[in-house]
Amino acid sequence: MTTPHKKFDKVCGILDRYERKPAQLIPILQAVQAEYRYLTEEMMTYVATSLGLPPARVYGVATFYSHFALEPKGKYIIRLCDGTACHVKGSDPILEALWKKLGLSEKKKTTPDMLFTVETVSCLGACGLAPVVVINEEIYGQVTPEKACQLVDDIQAKEKK
Amino acid sequence: MTTIDLKQTRETYEAANRTVTRRVIICAGTGCMANGAMKVYARFVEAIAKAGIPVITELKAEDTKPNKTLVSSSGCQGFCQMGPLVTLLPENILYTRVTPADVDEIVTSSLVNSQPVDRLLYKDPANGKSCRGTDDIPFYTRQARATLKACGALDPEDLSEYIAQGGYEMAQKAYAQLSAKLLCDEILASGLRGRGGGGFPTGRKWELTRVQPEPKKYVICNGDEGDPGAFMDRSVMEGNPHSVIEGMMITARAIGADEGYIYVRAEYPLAVKRMRKAIADAEQAGLLGTNLFESGQALSLHVMEGAGAFVCGEETALIASIEGKRGMPSPKPPFPAQSGLWGKPTVINNVETLATIPLILAAGATEYRKLGTKTSPGTKTFALTGHVANTGLIEVPFGSTLREIIFNIGGGVTRQDGSQDPNGFKAVQIGGPSGGCLTRDHLDLPMDFDSLKTVGAMVGSGGLVVMNQKTCMVRIARFFMQFTQNESCGKCVLCREGTRQMLSMLDDITEGRADAGTLELLEKLANAVQKGSLCGLGKTAPSPVLSTLRHFRAEYEAHVHGKTCPAGECKALARPEIIPANCKGCTACVKKCPVGAITGERKLPHTINASLCIKCGVCAQTCKFNAITGV
Repeated sequence: MTTPHKKFDKVCGILDRYERKPAQLIPILQAVQAEYRYLTEEMMTYVATSLGLPPARVYGVATFYSHFALEPKGKYIIRLCDGTACHVKGSDPILEALWKKLGLSEKKKTTPDMLFTVETVSCLGACGLAPVVVINEEIYGQVTPEKACQLVDDIQAKEKK
Repeated sequence: MTTIDLKQTRETYEAANRTVTRRVIICAGTGCMANGAMKVYARFVEAIAKAGIPVITELKAEDTKPNKTLVSSSGCQGFCQMGPLVTLLPENILYTRVTPADVDEIVTSSLVNSQPVDRLLYKDPANGKSCRGTDDIPFYTRQARATLKACGALDPEDLSEYIAQGGYEMAQKAYAQLSAKLLCDEILASGLRGRGGGGFPTGRKWELTRVQPEPKKYVICNGDEGDPGAFMDRSVMEGNPHSVIEGMMITARAIGADEGYIYVRAEYPLAVKRMRKAIADAEQAGLLGTNLFESGQALSLHVMEGAGAFVCGEETALIASIEGKRGMPSPKPPFPAQSGLWGKPTVINNVETLATIPLILAAGATEYRKLGTKTSPGTKTFALTGHVANTGLIEVPFGSTLREIIFNIGGGVTRQDGSQDPNGFKAVQIGGPSGGCLTRDHLDLPMDFDSLKTVGAMVGSGGLVVMNQKTCMVRIARFFMQFTQNESCGKCVLCREGTRQMLSMLDDITEGRADAGTLELLEKLANAVQKGSLCGLGKTAPSPVLSTLRHFRAEYEAHVHGKTCPAGECKALARPEIIPANCKGCTACVKKCPVGAITGERKLPHTINASLCIKCGVCAQTCKFNAITGV
């Protein structure tokens, strides 16, 4: 069993790295999220107490910025660009195809097996390649609904092995 | 720490560069990388070595062996659609869409036998002729690349290369020779206006900050490029990070700041990485730190990664975000020039503005004013995207017309499938969610900050999204409204609730629920949101609606009164029908229809049962005879 002390070791390391300055709250939360993939209530309270901030302030910041996730995400995060260029070049049908293929929706973003999360982002700045899909760090340009489904198939096949 | 000797660095670099007879530059912008540029890069290094040519990937002063070939990567060259791009120097040949499989042929033909590989050259769509390089590709020859010029040539991770091209000389001049007042005056005289969207004179912003008595001041680089459809700041940060740092150094000198932040959007991991490396390299070289160029002045810079909030592009919200708070804007005055970060006088400039500053100092204000218009001097970068043949990043003098940009540089309007459509131009959305649309009537309007304002649009950050006839303008307005509604921080009631109500009205219009009063109510609310919001986000959120209403009112009316979508994009209003004269009765659509709504006898015209039809459009996609309309 992990002792409570051990559990927060990594967070303590992150807090120390940023000299426990309340002004560094956003980089601290980013580092915590990079470590644990999402922010739990417990983590946020711990960070708040360590920085001498009210937990509500930390929760406020975490919910304000779209990059902070309060729920765990899938192993593969599929981010579909819905910037203007991608939108006019047909990002909507790709989103629908992905939702249909993975049984997801506007509200349900992650598959029950925790393999995929499908999100839209407002612009990835790769407009020359529109429409664009990013899976984890890998960028795919000029994507069609068929190509997007193929990418999912490939990952599923790889994961089965 | 003593500052690096620029002259000596330049000489060392040039000496090392003389041992290189040829250069292969692979574009490593986000676009080309997505298309596999790094694999091409690796393959080149391998193939050149295999051909027995001495190859290096980095210039080293101690390596004096002659006749080497240098393989380097560059920032974004702008022609993203044709990537990965490979440039050969000194021949200045540009190869497009290069794959690792093409590399051997390039090495054998071009490097060994000095012959270009014709099939990889860009073909001018106007006449089908091959273009050898940037000197004869219309996409490039019609531009005036200044801020972007070095982006496609420099290795962004090599400080000495930047210095060898005259980099940091203007920073040196600013610290060693010029007074703060002189710098402010020079930038004011150049007429440089903020490239982030507002178009506020940069020199005036500096002067307002310079005169503040407070000893501690900050300089901030706004790299929170949130407008969907704009990516010039990303390209500059990725492709020429030292130009941004040099611009910040000059700004810091002009206002008396000793600390600065570069706020970069979280969606731009490569820009964050390159800026961090550039700062570390500049610190190592003594270009940042204490006693810059023996002036006794100090400057330290930090990179702050955004966390995904569009409103943080607004300067007061950005400051709140750096302070570790929710990124909500605050009322002005006080302006950041008086009370900004931690309550200290602060200058916030956009990435492109900062990267332009060293160029202005080098050329002089008078020379700089020669390009552009009287009230908007210089050049502007635009992200040209959407239904246009050549998408990518371009730079033109202010005062260029839309016609020049779309038809000459952009190569004309395209259909959904990418083929050329000579009469397809419908509109351009300029300035993102805060901007407006320009139509056929504005094709010859010289574009600058002021002329665009008169027609209800704005330069904004410079996103230009071209739309063809198949684009529904109501849906575009709805798209932007959804964006701003989502990004509204919630502080002002009219922005928070008003955008929500406007979005629901636009939904009503596109889904056939609107009535006679909807348009009037929409306009009234749009004006109220404009007036009742604190920051730029809310003030400009209604712009796309008002602008499309102004130029495409008939299209709105068709949705509201006729319950039809003239562009055929609004599914709820679609009424698929079969044109009997075109239908051959092949039954292909019958087999594809998921709900069995199409019936008819073989070889005779079929019909669609409207009560069963779900308007999915599969039938129209299947039909080879163009017999199905209305979807």
